[in-house]
Amino acid sequence: MTFQWDWGFAFQQLPTLLQGLVFTLEATFFGSLLAFVLGLVWALARLAEVPVVSPLVRLWVEFVRGTPLLIQLYFLFFIFPSYGVTLPALETGIIGLGIYYSAYASEVYRAGIEGVPRGQWEASLALGLPLRRVWGRIVLPQAMRFAVPVLGNFVISMFKESAILSTISVLELIGQANIIGAETARYVEPLTMAALIFLVISYPAARLVRLLEARTGAA
Amino acid sequence: MRDVTMRYGSRTVVDSLLLSVKPREKVAIIGPSGSGKTTILRLAMGLERPSEGWIRIDGNYLWHVERNGALLPAGEQQARRARRAVGMVFQQFNLFPHMTAMQNVTEPLVHVLRLSKKDAHDRAADLLTRVGLATHLDHRPAQLSGGQQQRVAIARSLALRPKVMLFDEVTSALDPELVGEVLNVIRDLAHTTSMAMMIVTHEITFASDIADRVIMFDHGHVVEEGTPDVVLRNPQSPRTKQFLKAILER
Ligand SMILES: Nc1ncnc2c1ncn2[C@@H]1O[C@H](COP(=O)(O)OP(=O)(O)OP(=O)(O)O)[C@@H](O)[C@H]1O
Ligand SMILES: [Mg+2]
Repeated sequence: MTFQWDWGFAFQQLPTLLQGLVFTLEATFFGSLLAFVLGLVWALARLAEVPVVSPLVRLWVEFVRGTPLLIQLYFLFFIFPSYGVTLPALETGIIGLGIYYSAYASEVYRAGIEGVPRGQWEASLALGLPLRRVWGRIVLPQAMRFAVPVLGNFVISMFKESAILSTISVLELIGQANIIGAETARYVEPLTMAALIFLVISYPAARLVRLLEARTGAA
Repeated sequence: MRDVTMRYGSRTVVDSLLLSVKPREKVAIIGPSGSGKTTILRLAMGLERPSEGWIRIDGNYLWHVERNGALLPAGEQQARRARRAVGMVFQQFNLFPHMTAMQNVTEPLVHVLRLSKKDAHDRAADLLTRVGLATHLDHRPAQLSGGQQQRVAIARSLALRPKVMLFDEVTSALDPELVGEVLNVIRDLAHTTSMAMMIVTHEITFASDIADRVIMFDHGHVVEEGTPDVVLRNPQSPRTKQFLKAILER
């Protein structure tokens, strides 16, 4: 059997694939948001050195980083419902991605916060600035300069890795491509088009992040 | 401070120090590297808690409270209160890099003294003018020379009108040609304000210009103290003589 690439067929599938893209983008956007917020919570909880809480958070972060995202998603999607926790597939995927990336984000925040020179703390203390102000206006903004480009790269990886949500029946890009393949017995065109769509978005995004890196690095 | 001892691990960096600075008094502290000069200032600023002894500033104990005539250990809350009377200028400036000169100075005015934005702005502009930076209000630290940054830092620590100002080798991170402008600002402050000052410096001429008293410090102990005329021009201790000779030959 000889394979014949069919352009007409490929473009015919575009609208369906773009429907999938909407889910991919949704998962990426809300997943990132969740990851950034939770990551900061983990980082602050660890740095605060609260007895019991901080070690537990540390353990939790290690656990999330040490297990595959796929298994975490399976737990959320297949096992939790049998304990009465049921959420739609997309929401489950967003929570899964968010938690998984939050563990990595927390390390980025932590490195950023620890990278703020000790002198900044001492100057703040000498001036008697309230602790909330020191965190909010002195330490975190400086930590963010370091964190933002790294987190930008996380968004791009999450965008690509959200394809894994197809395994819990989210009809994102790859999920749609698979269905087209199953229905028409032609996989090459839909999967190739899906890959191209990923590339068209992630490449400029990566350039953008690099630009950001250069700017924060220079300033 | 009284009987103040500071240890790091088993190392005693400051040993049973008794030091008191009177209102308006300008005290210069000299001594070789590693002798504990910075540690004394950090103790006075309340950045470190002493291993032993107590520190009192303008009537408030830094780490203690007095109850029925007894001194009881107290926490950060008490330290915060006592620190209000003290300002410190650091060797490395420690300006907030993401804020302009103006914002660096208004930060404590608005968030510690709770001045209105406008009052804070006016007072900050006054202070920055006083250190010769009236034309650089909106510059960020990275856009300023080291000498200018240090002058912003001085203005910032003046903002809260401390009773005591601490200066820790504030010119030793500067290029030689920028040292003068910073020393002049401090000299001017020393002669025109009623603040007490503790100044760690290797600039002997400067120290003898402004100090009422000079303390020679080594290995956690006071070696010699007295007026600049005695300690700097006619030292009694061989250790001081040797130290001054080494500095002049540098
Ligand atoms: N946080 C710390 N932990 C351990 N040792 C310290 C700490 N801070 C200072 N020391 C030690 O205490 C000693 C005195 O330090 P200090 O900075 O007070 O000296 P200094 O007189 O200011 O010296 P220099 O002229 O080099 O600034 C040094 O030997 C230093 O290594
Ligand atoms: Mg020092």
